[in-house]
Amino acid sequence: MLRHIISILIENESGALSRVAGLFSARGYNIESLTVAPTEDPSLSRMTILTSGSDEVLEQITKQLNKLVDVVKVVDLSEAAHVERELMLIKVRATGKDREEMKRMADIFRGRIIDVTESTYVIELTGASSKLDSFIAALDAGLILETVRTGVCGIGRGDRILKI
Amino acid sequence: MMISGAEIVIRCLQEEKVDCVFGYPGGSVLHIYDALFKQDQVKHILVRHEQAAVHAADAYSRSSQRVGVALVTSGPGVTNTVTGIATAYMDSIPMVVLTGQVPSFYIGQDAFQECDTVGITRPCVKHNFLVKDVKDLAVTIKKAFHIASTGRPGPVVVDIPKDITAQMCEFDYPKTIQMRSYNPVVKGHLGQIKKAVQILQEAKRPIIYTGGGVILSDAAEQLTKLAHKLNFPVTNTLMGLGGYPATDKQFIGMLGMHGTFEANNAMHYADVILAVGARFDDRVIGNPEHFSEEKRRVIHIDIDPSSISKRVKVDVPIVGNVPDVLEELVKLMDGGFRTDPEVANWWKQIDEWRGRDSLRYKQSEHIMPQFVMEKLYEVTGGNAFVTSDVGQHQMFAAQYYKFDKPRRWINSGGLGTMGVGLPYGMGVLMANPDAQVACVTGEGSIQMCIQELSTCKQYGFPIKIINLNNGMLGMVRQWQEMFYSKRYSQSYVTSLPDFVKLAEAYGHVGMKIEKPEDVEPALRKAFTEHKDDLVFMDFIIDPVANVFPMVAAGKGLTEMILAEDL
Ligand SMILES: Cc1ncc(C[n+]2csc(CCOP(=O)(O)OP(=O)(O)O)c2C)c(N)n1
Ligand SMILES: [Mg+2]
Repeated sequence: MLRHIISILIENESGALSRVAGLFSARGYNIESLTVAPTEDPSLSRMTILTSGSDEVLEQITKQLNKLVDVVKVVDLSEAAHVERELMLIKVRATGKDREEMKRMADIFRGRIIDVTESTYVIELTGASSKLDSFIAALDAGLILETVRTGVCGIGRGDRILKI
Repeated sequence: MMISGAEIVIRCLQEEKVDCVFGYPGGSVLHIYDALFKQDQVKHILVRHEQAAVHAADAYSRSSQRVGVALVTSGPGVTNTVTGIATAYMDSIPMVVLTGQVPSFYIGQDAFQECDTVGITRPCVKHNFLVKDVKDLAVTIKKAFHIASTGRPGPVVVDIPKDITAQMCEFDYPKTIQMRSYNPVVKGHLGQIKKAVQILQEAKRPIIYTGGGVILSDAAEQLTKLAHKLNFPVTNTLMGLGGYPATDKQFIGMLGMHGTFEANNAMHYADVILAVGARFDDRVIGNPEHFSEEKRRVIHIDIDPSSISKRVKVDVPIVGNVPDVLEELVKLMDGGFRTDPEVANWWKQIDEWRGRDSLRYKQSEHIMPQFVMEKLYEVTGGNAFVTSDVGQHQMFAAQYYKFDKPRRWINSGGLGTMGVGLPYGMGVLMANPDAQVACVTGEGSIQMCIQELSTCKQYGFPIKIINLNNGMLGMVRQWQEMFYSKRYSQSYVTSLPDFVKLAEAYGHVGMKIEKPEDVEPALRKAFTEHKDDLVFMDFIIDPVANVFPMVAAGKGLTEMILAEDL
């Protein structure tokens, strides 16, 4: 069961997202995260899906996605060199001695504090998903008030370009 | 000139050379029905239930090379079509379903007869559209026909809000259509084809295994040419019957759950399988683990890449249009007719399996369903279009009616939808007005769309209904007998109508046949004297006749139960 990042170029039409999501649920494929937004060409959206499965399952996922009429292109980014990032916003309690400690942790992980109140911080952190996981693990769970993550997005390195 | 959206819909159908639509009117399609009224190029067949409209359009496609069209109203009109759409989708049937929708400014407000048509049908269509602007209407319909009929075919739904059908717009029907996101591969990869040629020439125990893809792509002729050149045995799936002449000596019968002894053994023990437009589904190969115990090489030709290596690992995938790939194979195959000792030995082995005569059955004092099918074949000279419902009768028809031509065997293979038989007959007759049509059904299935007897009267569809009446949901009863210690839970149908009277009430001819010696005369009478009538033939058959051979669910292909074992 390997982790795979699938990148999809898809017509930016209403309902396109539900076609992809519907395909995954109907065929029992698993979605760990999904992100989508229009590209520089507003008629096209780019979707990134983090999934896992055997080689056979991944082959089917790619073929089934390609079969959707709205899908223009599909690549499995994780097949070759790529970079991936995820953004997290995390709201933590920041009072007393924890206030300084939170600041220090954010610095260590190269996070930024983007909202401050008397008792809370919102920290913005970008990186590979595993880095976000470690940040959460490094904090005292009792101090975490809320987290929100975008899910993974990724892009091929160098000449690997997904475009029409 | 500006015309209304409703008129645009009709003009599009005319441009697509659609000669008939199957439908049922209602509020949201009233403008379209009004436009339909003002012309006579596109005929409308008024069904009695929307499910039947879609089944009929589906059979219109199956029995011709054209795209069937259905037209229904929003809400319940649409929900009634879902079974029909899913049936067509599972068998990759090209079809366009036009659905009315509430006015666009009401969408999302739970308006009267509103439903999320695009959402409800999404998992069972090849694609669907909601038209939001009258300017997009013509091009959307063009796309619908294009998508439905190219690549791996399938049903396409176009949902049209009522206000769009009233708005005025210039009509301009595109001659061709380009879609950057939809470009099905059509040409097989030459390198792969050459690899296939090599493997086929080395084969010692080959088999050609073909499915519905051969029918849908009209590749029967090319398939026959290739098979004859190679002298390989050919087996068909339930969906593939007629893709290869059943009376040809290289034909070894249907394979799968109710396949012949020779076909299932040959499939299992083959060292090379040439799979053509088939998908190794669970009803065909039985338990996949058991199937993969034998070492073999598989060549798979299919228009749909996702059908390849989905259930069985394929060594040589060839994605492309089936007839073209087969043509290419024939061209590249020098030598030809395989008479070398290995293939001759393989044929000897197959003939030994054939010797078991696995379709043999015992006559009894009752009418045997197999006997009715044999007589139907004789009386129609093998030339009928046979539609069927789902159950034991379907399997008997598939096993005993020898289809020599494609598009003559019309049944629901993938979804297994009871109730299709009668509306399928209507669709066949609209596409092939002079055809002999037999609808093989059971007393369970026929009641699922029985209301269409009324449609048949209105349009004079002379369907010959062969009701194999065992008074049981026979296929269910067979499983209960074999796997549930004869606990016949709800498989017995009581309070059956008097089918003769029922047929007569609708204005048709009814016959009840209870003795074996009356079978042939009744059939002859129906197909000659009553050539132009719908005849409902109620054959009271052996109530406990079972379908054999049988590969039980979860068993391997060679673990067949034969009639002689019992
Ligand atoms: C719509 C639908 N409901 C249920 C089934 C399950 N089913 C398969 S065969 C069968 C019995 C069919 O009975 P009948 O039409 O009398 O045919 P027989 O098997 O007796 O020949 C049933 C209930 C089905 N295939 N389709
Ligand atoms: Mg029955």
